[in-house]
Amino acid sequence: MKHLLSTQDLSARSALRLLDTAEEMAAVGEREIKKLPALRGRTVVNLFFEDSTRTRISFEAAAKRLSADVINFAAKGSSVSKGESLKDTAQTLEAMSADAVVIRHPASGAPARLAASGWIDAAVVNAGDGTHEHPTQALLDAFTLRRHWARITGTPSAGTTLAGMKVLIVGDVLHSRVARSNVWLLTTLGAEVLLAGPPTLLPVGVGSWPCRVFYNLDDALAERPDAVMMLRLQAERMNAAFFPSTREYSRRWGFDDGRLALLDTMGLDDTVIMHPGPMNRGLEISSAAADSPRSTVLAQVRNGVSVRMAALYLLLSGDPQDDDDAVDGRADQDDPPATTPEGRTP
Amino acid sequence: MSHDTTPRPDDAGYLIRSASLLGGAPTDLLVRGGVIAALGPDAGRDAGTDAVTIDADGLVALPGMVDLHTHLREPGREDAETVETGSRAAALGGFTAIHAMANSSPVADTAGVVEQVYRLGLASGWVEVRPVGAVTVGLGGERLAELGAMAESRAGVRVFSDDGICVHDPVLMRRALEYVKAFDGVIAQHAQEPRLTEGAQMNEGDVSAVLGLTGWPAVAEESIIARDVLLAQHVGSRLHVCHVSTAGSVEIIRWAKARGIDVTAEVTPHHLLLTDELVRSYDPVYKVNPPLRTSDDVHALRAALADGTIDVVGTDHAPHPSEHKECEWAQAAMGMTGLETALSVVQHAMVETGLLDWEGFARVTSATPARIGRLAHQGRPLAVGEPANLILVDPAARWTVDPSTMATKGRNSPFRGLELPGRVRATFFGGHPTVLDGSLATPRSTPRSAPHASQSAQAGAQGDLQGGEAPAWNI
Repeated sequence: MKHLLSTQDLSARSALRLLDTAEEMAAVGEREIKKLPALRGRTVVNLFFEDSTRTRISFEAAAKRLSADVINFAAKGSSVSKGESLKDTAQTLEAMSADAVVIRHPASGAPARLAASGWIDAAVVNAGDGTHEHPTQALLDAFTLRRHWARITGTPSAGTTLAGMKVLIVGDVLHSRVARSNVWLLTTLGAEVLLAGPPTLLPVGVGSWPCRVFYNLDDALAERPDAVMMLRLQAERMNAAFFPSTREYSRRWGFDDGRLALLDTMGLDDTVIMHPGPMNRGLEISSAAADSPRSTVLAQVRNGVSVRMAALYLLLSGDPQDDDDAVDGRADQDDPPATTPEGRTP
Repeated sequence: MSHDTTPRPDDAGYLIRSASLLGGAPTDLLVRGGVIAALGPDAGRDAGTDAVTIDADGLVALPGMVDLHTHLREPGREDAETVETGSRAAALGGFTAIHAMANSSPVADTAGVVEQVYRLGLASGWVEVRPVGAVTVGLGGERLAELGAMAESRAGVRVFSDDGICVHDPVLMRRALEYVKAFDGVIAQHAQEPRLTEGAQMNEGDVSAVLGLTGWPAVAEESIIARDVLLAQHVGSRLHVCHVSTAGSVEIIRWAKARGIDVTAEVTPHHLLLTDELVRSYDPVYKVNPPLRTSDDVHALRAALADGTIDVVGTDHAPHPSEHKECEWAQAAMGMTGLETALSVVQHAMVETGLLDWEGFARVTSATPARIGRLAHQGRPLAVGEPANLILVDPAARWTVDPSTMATKGRNSPFRGLELPGRVRATFFGGHPTVLDGSLATPRSTPRSAPHASQSAQAGAQGDLQGGEAPAWNI
């Protein structure tokens, strides 16, 4: 794996490798010294053309826990309105010898363009591009779901898939990079994915996706999902005639108190409620739902650092399990990642 | 193929040996004095000893191609293309006439601008450059440009288009269609409903759903075409639909023609070959308007061109400076170069698939576009006395597209790296070879130069060449 651009082109093997590595990284986070020397001397640039403090600090924490040098490049607007092109920015970073570029960009495909252009040699990590994909968000969602699934089935998390799990994604799928990345990754990992939302916010072409589509949230909940992922409704959609009013949206597709109670009534004791954040409380999710024991919102944030550590580690330290040179049987002989804390010898 | 290097051999003539006329039996042609002076055994007999002999064994002779849809960018974006570079590319691509779209800067919406472009074309001398006039002032879609003044100018404009932008106001479109009846003009519509395509980046469908790029739905094209054919019927005028890209549009045009509506339609080479699957690369070289569609659309467009529902091939040649393509998809300009690949792509998509023979190729690339643009001296049969606008094509040649070697300034060819059939070996423009041995030769002499005067006198004697007021190519 040279870049992490999307989950659509991620094999089940690579996805599991990322998740299993993230488990090991999570263990590091529980130690007294939360730092590994793995990427010492390597430079990670966080190139953010769009504001996202949450994602940026998650990547920054991940890189720093791996001892990488981190440069934060807030380039918001520079490509779009101030004249400097993505090409010039990329070549500047290349001249600074960046080893990895973590890019957040409002244009779909910008990370893919960066990776394929030849403007830069660094590994490219997509930290969210337009309405295309947000692969590390999907990985952290899958990581969260897998831990949950392992806990209720009493199996270890590492090495297992999401086979048998039913995940319902609700809301503005059309404009959601989180939804797209999750559809591909969760189905690759064996989960069944259901989508629910207003027909105006489901893309033309969704029929060819590997999921079932519902226009009615309650019909979708009747399918007894193991997890319900609520998508953020962005402000700019609210006045663009995608639906009549936010109140109607909230009534029909919001996860409100009534639907929270419905999970109990249906005996879905183990169904979790997810949200990628930031939440619009009272719109797509009620406060009671967001704060309930079913909510995985904070666990998702916590797991984000582990997953991003895994991604940076595997991209920059040369994954021995890389699909490109995978040989049968090597899965049993791999070297574990260097999870020895910095400053200590085993 | 060989030729002599006599300094000014146009008057002595060119004896083209054993060219296959429209794919038929090998025949000799004598090109002299701007016309096809003799055919068959007469050609060799009539040729003087000083005539240049061109061995065209294995080559197909076709009428020079006529493009109804070229963006030359001058005035305004000379960094992207000029009349000179664009018409060089056209000559190399086998064209003898091109229509320069109006979306220059300033917009070609006055007699002054169209005459400027027209004169630049004359000065270049590689092909006949016919300006297209804007339908509305500044392409603003609010009030009609001075269509009559452009029609009566030295440029003799007959094709009017806001191409790049749809004339979406139905009343304005109706008035434009009605008004150009006064001078036998035609409105070439860029069919794109603007509200349905706000922020549109690519064809709306399975691929856009995955890529997260805003969709450009087929209905945005089809709804405008449906409206416009009914308007054209209502006011009894001529409508030309630019760059038809969907199977649904084909059905509407077929229906309109069956009702006797005077509509013609155009398809680009890229829509005959490429699909939206290419957008998965996010490489903006595949970004174009209307967007690349699905393979079902491609097959419907090919069938429509073969059966005459679509009348012509228009390149929509749209060169852009590299910085407008070396960027994110959403930031990138729309458009692709096409003049130097059109013949090869159409041969590949239509001739080698058996959908068109060379006679059909000549119809869709030359005769019909010349008729739509009212260019009486272009797209003519290869017959004695006809103006010598013709090309020699090697259909057996195979070449790999390399944009860096093209004559156009644009490097944005979506066919980059593809191996395509067919090469233009020679282009004769008004009896003068602008391309020989597959390379640019010399431009046709300017109107002021002495050799031209005699040629013009001869040409004036030909009925097809229209003496008197401003037939463009022999002014």
